[in-house]
Amino acid sequence: MPKITYGGQSFECGDHSVLECLTAQGISVPHSCRSGVCQTCMMQAVQGSVPQQAQNRIKPTLAAQNYFLACVCHPEQDIEVILPETSEIMVKATVSGIEHLNADILGIRLKPSQPFPYKAGQFINFYKDHETARCYSLASVPALDDDLHLNVRKIPGGLVSGWISENLKAGDKVTISQASGECFYVPGDAAQNILLIATGSGLAPLYGILRDALLNGHHGRIKLYHGSYSSAGFYLVDELRELAQSHANFRYVPCVSHEEAGDGFTQQGMVLDVALRDNPSLSGWRVFLCGNPDMVSAGKREAYLSGAGINDIYADPF
Amino acid sequence: MSLYNEIGGEAAVNAAVDIFYRKVLKDDRIKHFFDGIDMAKQAAKQKAFLTLAFGGPNSYSGADMRKGHAHLVAKGLNDSHFDAVMENLGATLTELNVPANLIAQAAAIAESTRKDVLGK
Repeated sequence: MPKITYGGQSFECGDHSVLECLTAQGISVPHSCRSGVCQTCMMQAVQGSVPQQAQNRIKPTLAAQNYFLACVCHPEQDIEVILPETSEIMVKATVSGIEHLNADILGIRLKPSQPFPYKAGQFINFYKDHETARCYSLASVPALDDDLHLNVRKIPGGLVSGWISENLKAGDKVTISQASGECFYVPGDAAQNILLIATGSGLAPLYGILRDALLNGHHGRIKLYHGSYSSAGFYLVDELRELAQSHANFRYVPCVSHEEAGDGFTQQGMVLDVALRDNPSLSGWRVFLCGNPDMVSAGKREAYLSGAGINDIYADPF
Repeated sequence: MSLYNEIGGEAAVNAAVDIFYRKVLKDDRIKHFFDGIDMAKQAAKQKAFLTLAFGGPNSYSGADMRKGHAHLVAKGLNDSHFDAVMENLGATLTELNVPANLIAQAAAIAESTRKDVLGK
């Protein structure tokens, strides 16, 4: 009989689901429909694997991280499970480089002191001290970059970004969390079209996702729209133009909202408006949104109403 | 044959969610109730609701429905909004060419949740 381990205790589950087994032991697991539909009882397997049936209806990026629905999970082997986001493991890292990407955004490179599995586009917590941390998305790609790359925008009065821009130097030791988040590229549907929309330093995860997709031989169209108030806010421009030249299926579209676009290359307007105007039907597309929370929130809704499937729309929660 | 199987089972629910949730998000009468919510989680809930309306496998109790909507009732959710949802449900099933007698059955099941949803 398979055993379920939770919070250091192991239980025989018999024919019961993980949800039934844990709740029978008095463990509180949020749940609602008990039919594998509403996704309230989502948990994560940290040891052992769960039957595919328990992952059929969840987002591919969550399934790839061993998330599953506890109410329809009947384990076939021993598993250890946790509730999502109940564990954060700290990792020490050394600052290996700092550069100015533009006037407001710093490129920070970190070398973790231990193996650091992650997927391009996920985020980490960066600790100023043990109680002050901020989330930063990773712009690096595990197979392409030795270090972790962050794009840190200096926020006026920002506790962590201010500390990073004023105090941090190469060689410093810092504390970060493991990578998490479900905004990343999953190989497997290489012909699908991909729309990437970012504002400001929201470009970081999309730059990683873009390069990860190209590395995986993605051959559907990939269009990246990067929005900024003015042209001074763009960065990684040369790198993106080079990628567009070397990959016929990739198009890079910078968009300025508060000045005239004079170079015949940059588009004028709010980035979400420009992207949706260029691509009125998103049926069958995969869509990634990062940056300004209002843009991301409106973008999710508009992408869905333009035909993108709910499980094909990715954005970070911050 | 159960209503759920007659309508087309899970495949039909998936097709219906795609149409139904888009209608709801575009409906000026009710779309504000969905501001700032996690769309993927909400779509899963819509699917659970449609599964219920189609007489499919679900374990929702009246108490679940009350608890799940209490915060919306506090924001003014009332009969007119429930009517709007029922209208979108009917329009969705019509668009999917579900026969009128089956639509009526699904509508009756959905209607049976009204008191619990509105906390009456």
